[in-house]
Amino acid sequence: MSLLRHTKGGEVHERQSLTVNPAKTCQPVGAMYAALGINKCLPHSHGSQGCCSYHRSTLSRHYKEPAMAGTSSFTEGSSVFGGQANLLTAIENMFTLYKPDVIAVHTTCLSETIGDDIPQITENAIDKGIVPEGKFVIHANTPSYVGAHPTGFANMTKAMVDYFAKSTREDKVARRVNIIPGYVEPADMAEIKRLAKLMGLDPIMFPDTSGVLDAPQTGVHEMYPAGGVTIDELVAAGDAQQTLALGPVCSGPAAKALYAKCKVPQTTMGLPIGLAATDKMIMAMRSLNGGFVPEEIKYERGRLLDLMTDMHQYFYGKTVALWGDPDQLVGLSELLMSVDMLPKYVVTGTPGKKFLKRMGDVLGDKVHESFVRQGPCADMYLMHQWIKNEPVDLLMGNTYGKYIARDDDIPYVRHGFPILDRVGHQYFSTVGYKGAIRVLEQILNVLMDRQDRDSPEETFELTM
Amino acid sequence: MNGHNIMTTAIENNIRLLEARKAQVQTKGSEPFNIACEKQSVAGSVSQRACVFCGSRVVLYPICDALHLIHGPIGCASYTWDIRGAVSSGPQLHRMSFSTDLQEKDVIYGGEKKLEKALLELIAHYNPKAAFVYATCIVGLIGDDMDAVCRRVSAKTGIDVIPVQSEGFAGSKKDGYSAACHALDTLVGTGDTSTIGPLSINILGDFNIGGETWVIKDYYERMGLEVVSTITGDGRVDDIRKAHGASLNVVQCSGSMKGLARMMKEKYGTPFMHVSYFGIEDMSRALYEVADHFGDKDLLKRAQDMVRDEVMRIMPELRKIRQDLQGKKAAIYTGGAFKAFSLVRSLRTLGVKTTIAGSQTGNPTDYKQLAELCDDGTVILDDTNPLELAKFIQETDTDLLIGGVKERPIAYKLGVAFCDHNHERKDCLAGFEGMLNFAREVHGSLCSPVWKFSPFRQKHKETTEKQDIFKPKATYIPTNVVRPGETSGGGGETKFATLTIGATEVAK
Repeated sequence: MSLLRHTKGGEVHERQSLTVNPAKTCQPVGAMYAALGINKCLPHSHGSQGCCSYHRSTLSRHYKEPAMAGTSSFTEGSSVFGGQANLLTAIENMFTLYKPDVIAVHTTCLSETIGDDIPQITENAIDKGIVPEGKFVIHANTPSYVGAHPTGFANMTKAMVDYFAKSTREDKVARRVNIIPGYVEPADMAEIKRLAKLMGLDPIMFPDTSGVLDAPQTGVHEMYPAGGVTIDELVAAGDAQQTLALGPVCSGPAAKALYAKCKVPQTTMGLPIGLAATDKMIMAMRSLNGGFVPEEIKYERGRLLDLMTDMHQYFYGKTVALWGDPDQLVGLSELLMSVDMLPKYVVTGTPGKKFLKRMGDVLGDKVHESFVRQGPCADMYLMHQWIKNEPVDLLMGNTYGKYIARDDDIPYVRHGFPILDRVGHQYFSTVGYKGAIRVLEQILNVLMDRQDRDSPEETFELTM
Repeated sequence: MNGHNIMTTAIENNIRLLEARKAQVQTKGSEPFNIACEKQSVAGSVSQRACVFCGSRVVLYPICDALHLIHGPIGCASYTWDIRGAVSSGPQLHRMSFSTDLQEKDVIYGGEKKLEKALLELIAHYNPKAAFVYATCIVGLIGDDMDAVCRRVSAKTGIDVIPVQSEGFAGSKKDGYSAACHALDTLVGTGDTSTIGPLSINILGDFNIGGETWVIKDYYERMGLEVVSTITGDGRVDDIRKAHGASLNVVQCSGSMKGLARMMKEKYGTPFMHVSYFGIEDMSRALYEVADHFGDKDLLKRAQDMVRDEVMRIMPELRKIRQDLQGKKAAIYTGGAFKAFSLVRSLRTLGVKTTIAGSQTGNPTDYKQLAELCDDGTVILDDTNPLELAKFIQETDTDLLIGGVKERPIAYKLGVAFCDHNHERKDCLAGFEGMLNFAREVHGSLCSPVWKFSPFRQKHKETTEKQDIFKPKATYIPTNVVRPGETSGGGGETKFATLTIGATEVAK
């Protein structure tokens, strides 16, 4: 029995107690990724050594970058008596040796179940004088048995608000806008900032991993690459005119917290993937800049539209299987629908309240032609079974789709987290108008390669 | 100024170490050698180490006709889904990811029912030869009686369902190896050994990364030995069951399978010996020592013939590669220390000097041996972290780092070549052909033209010329350019191949 032949078609067997080939991973890695988006921040995993090691390895494999983080290195003793002593030692050691501005502690299933109270331990650390003047320890609770990696990202992003944002004046600062980009690539964060600046805004983006996990080769091991949102910026977020939260699952909680804490009005919208979603983001920015859209952005939009019209026949009626994180899936589905492609199968292991409704809205009258599943047993195995029963024209998702792509010989575009076997995601954004051009180009490439491969000689075309 | 003084200075003055870590770093030759190791990592140190679960998982993973179910929240299953290139010649069941995906309510009410259901479902569906169930941190805390569940399922299904006590916090990766050995021990001794002859061995501690077990097994078989089981590379449950029928356990890798060898010695009286398959010296020695053990002249003769043939086959290319690598400097950071020994020797074969050698899990004997093997001035490290590693690499002006996934980007950011000798290696690095692959990999990275653009290399070109303690003995010539004399055959005379530019042929 080969690796690729484990999945058979036929009746799809319902499971309740078993996940096979997951379409998610656990909270802490999301928290670690978010924390790396703070300037001079050392993420810290409060749990066993293995957690930290796995998260760092996964991030390193995805970004081809060092991913620095500390661990409380739990032992049998700490799991009985609590992890306070370990965390205190860790905080002291990290400030001494690695000199971060911030230590961002996230918990694990272990420390959550033991019930370690991180704020209380942090207070102890401050009392003992092991947190140097002007340095910070923040935390997020990220039990691995709740939610999934996007949840961890959302929790750590919210912690940035909880710990730093401050409202210092009556009126808000005009044109200062907080942008919470969601669980996207460094390149995406850079692209969204670029658009905001072109729109004449003064964006504070958090987290911001651009310049951290896509850093250049300098010949020096930088513990803290230059990128990331600074503490001053996070404080100043409390006086912003508006918060744009991109992706309700990953960015919604922080935006709501910022409103509750500092009364910064917030708009939560989808990730700007595709023309319509980018339009929405640009319109939201336009309502803050006095009502203009610069020519440069209009031009980019026009070029995207041009590509969509030029090539629309190639997209027509194609079916797609998608897996990954809820915010990404909604955005991708909307983009696909806009060029007449159908997201036929969609799975995510990540819970999140409104996902199914959002998918329903995007799918519109095609909703009955799609299979959408969310939750613990919504995994790659389920998706593969669906595909066995009725194949699709295209796969879109993270690296774990490669088994299905090979087994069922289906064109495949890598998108999302993690991508362990290709490069490009670090450098080329998939958000905004330009990003949509890239996504469509990737889709076209694999579909056309397939057409070329499969067409008989007499219909093998030079011009497509 | 001699080498070790520079190094001592490097450690004492230029590199800040955590007070608690100082004893875990030493320079060969600088003081009586007495490194601290086998310590719990210092909390807050960015350790490259993993956990108990990780140790068990990597060791048992290559048993490809068994079911591997991870009992815990999803992460532990996600991160270990098909991450190790342990190749199977048959079943691929081990490359799937199965998890009970524990949720909050399971943590409160316990996960036993879920585990039992999952096992029954999986066993019915895949009909595996045996099942391993891995405990994760949380299982240890919520008190699930995994043993009881496994026994029940075993009784219901008639296949061995083996609990692996691998709660992440319960020690280090090494303790995970030990948990894995205990799990394997329950299988050994349950098979029929009546057909096994006296000239028979088990290969322990090779995981068939890049097909390495196949290469090793082939050598032994060519010598005339019967290989009863390979534990665990390309492993099969039924072979492991009869492993006690073999006359000798040949154990590779310092930490992982020693435990099983000891248990088998105690229970079945099976003797064991330690070997390494990396590098010409260690590979040859392994074959000779195994032959010696059996005291069989034919075995020895065939081993000698084979070594001669194999070495002759790879030597011409190795010599060529050595010319390019002569005088280069390498840092080694491995999981187990045993591999580091072989790497020091292999690198020496290639003319490469070891400036830094360390491991995640070495013990005092390992480090003593490592220090003996290394030249004066070599920095010996236990359980290091990226900052230390990066600093030592720069201080010693090292050209190449050999390590695993977390070390790779550190090397590249510094502008230093890298060779993965861990889970992500793609080629077989064991045996004679493995030595050639290793040489090619090291050569490919070290001699890549990309480094000439690296700021670190450019800086060092100017500043290290004078006081370089490991000054290259030969001039470095990349092999990917046409070399003087190559086409004309006229010794030393500079003559390049014919170049075609546009339509005009230009002979330079």
